[in-house]
Amino acid sequence: MTYHNPPTTPRKSWAFDDYTMSEIRRAAATGIYDIRGGGAKRRVPHFDDLLFLGASVSRYPLEGYREKCSTSVTLGTRFAKKPIELKIPITIAGMSFGALSAQAKEALGRGASLAGTSTTTGDGGMTPEERGQSKTLVYQYLPSRYGMNPDDLRKADAIEVVIGQGAKPGGGGMLLGQKISDRVAEMRNLPKGIDQRSACRHPDWTGPDDLEIKILELREITDWEKPIYVKIGATRPYYDVTLAVKAGADVVVIDGMQGGTAATQEVFIEHVGIPTLACIRPAVQALQDLGMHRKVQLIVSGGIRTGADAAKALALGADAVSIGIAALVALGDNDPRFEAEYNKLGTTSGCYDDWHEGRDPAGISTQDPELAARLDPVLAGRRLANYLKVMTLEIQTVARAAGHNNIHNLEPEDLCALTIEAAAMARVPLAGTNWIPGMQAGL
Amino acid sequence: MGDHVKLRTYDLAASPLRELNAELHRQGDGANDTRWEILNPRGSHAVAVGVDAPLDIDVRGSVGYYCAGMNKKATITVYGSAGPGVAENMMSGKVVVKGDASQYAGATGRGGLLVVEGNASSRCGISMKGIDIVVKGSIGHMSAFMAQSGSLVVLGDAGDALGDSIYEARLYVRGGVQSLGADCIEKEMRAEHHEQLAALLDKAGVSGVATSEFKRYGSARKLYNFNIDNADAY
Repeated sequence: MTYHNPPTTPRKSWAFDDYTMSEIRRAAATGIYDIRGGGAKRRVPHFDDLLFLGASVSRYPLEGYREKCSTSVTLGTRFAKKPIELKIPITIAGMSFGALSAQAKEALGRGASLAGTSTTTGDGGMTPEERGQSKTLVYQYLPSRYGMNPDDLRKADAIEVVIGQGAKPGGGGMLLGQKISDRVAEMRNLPKGIDQRSACRHPDWTGPDDLEIKILELREITDWEKPIYVKIGATRPYYDVTLAVKAGADVVVIDGMQGGTAATQEVFIEHVGIPTLACIRPAVQALQDLGMHRKVQLIVSGGIRTGADAAKALALGADAVSIGIAALVALGDNDPRFEAEYNKLGTTSGCYDDWHEGRDPAGISTQDPELAARLDPVLAGRRLANYLKVMTLEIQTVARAAGHNNIHNLEPEDLCALTIEAAAMARVPLAGTNWIPGMQAGL
Repeated sequence: MGDHVKLRTYDLAASPLRELNAELHRQGDGANDTRWEILNPRGSHAVAVGVDAPLDIDVRGSVGYYCAGMNKKATITVYGSAGPGVAENMMSGKVVVKGDASQYAGATGRGGLLVVEGNASSRCGISMKGIDIVVKGSIGHMSAFMAQSGSLVVLGDAGDALGDSIYEARLYVRGGVQSLGADCIEKEMRAEHHEQLAALLDKAGVSGVATSEFKRYGSARKLYNFNIDNADAY
């Protein structure tokens, strides 16, 4: 009787998984780092790791569809003569004309206006299509200052000074040559077809003391009418929010690492910045320590997909949330109906992230006139409005279940966590316990 | 315009900045009060920002940050020195600083003319997008960083890393250049450049200086599209 040595099952390395190996081969072949759009794709602690407790014997719920649960929010009440009133606490994040087609920008404006919320310009200036279709438009003030001018500043409903974004805190913009069309080149005052690298920091100020003076200048130019937001990428939220408030912000926007970008290095997206879930409590703590919670409004963004995500952010102390990638998906990004075309680009629907290449089959992240024409701004705007309304209903559903007649009454006490990590970050107890890691156990 | 135009005087020692800027913003293209004098600026920030009318504004003293920021159409003269970001993002008009200018003079300016009669500090003309800047003295390091278009004329010397990552702006320097930044090179002065420089000097009130005394610098255009073999320059 002969015995054969039983073979072991071929085993892949955890450290050198298929993706990692493919990236090494790609880098070796091309000599360039990987650039892509979107936000962090790796799993990090997120809103899915939290649950709402809902009403019980100790508290009673409100009747769905019958009892009122208000959703409106006012932003910019601290200094601005004309604060912004939104019907829903979900805004559309800044995305540039250049990164997106003019049609996509128009659709975002249409959808936001139908739903009663604001949309935001990006690193390419304000287009007439976008201004015309956006009832409430936030104008970003970015390091590149592409297209920046005082006329558009005055046409805006609010001004957002962008310090950073969650996908790449500390990094500037990037728009590769394929997307620098004649119109984009003209708006940005650049030669057509170059690889445009936006600066990572503002050209005429550095540090919080300068920021205070810059905000003063913007207020003086606009006669103190417009709310001024300060947007930061989530890294050191407690200190950054403190300094933004000290510098005079009306609204602070904090964007976690799942927040998207049109294009940047993969290493930046996946390895710089902290998760959205981790930044909310320190940001709220900073506002509370200054006595400014609910006086300076907090907008949270980065990987928000559903009304549940939004409700959890509100419960942790945000005044509103902002969506970018989710809004693009609502318009039609990564739609499986373009599967054959995604395959030709070497990918599959749901994974397409080469937004910088400008060949988006859905016609959203492109400047190619034929591709861009595929997106009907009216229909796409309607889809976005539908999605925003669903999210809002979901937030109300959860709030009513927790017994609140106003979504802003959601509170950390309504939440528990499924994992120790999420419990520590969100500072809510692990489900079924009274344990908040890092804090002394209460009752 | 003549002597009959009433001079409006605004004293910043007696009245708040906010009222001054609001009053300047109320002046339209056909404003009667086109001559303004601002007294006692005492280093105030954001003096005469966002003006959008053909006014003549004299600032009697030194100013802080962002004087004449986003100016359109107005002629603003600072009889003193200017803090950081004077005439930042100017669209049109003219800004004259009789003294020195601090960092970021004319940053991101899109049009008009900025004249600094003294020296300008670092990052003069950073990210400029069409503005013309004439500095009668010298300029500091990293000037014209990422300068996109417009012209920067320097009668004195330039500091380190002039024109780093420059796009299509034109730099004319009469004195020495400590060093050139990435992708910035000396370029030939052709007839069109002598002509343009002469016009700029004339507009800035400079006389007795020959354009042949200047060297021109601009983009080598080697970093316009990413190439890993240029990684040392990034």
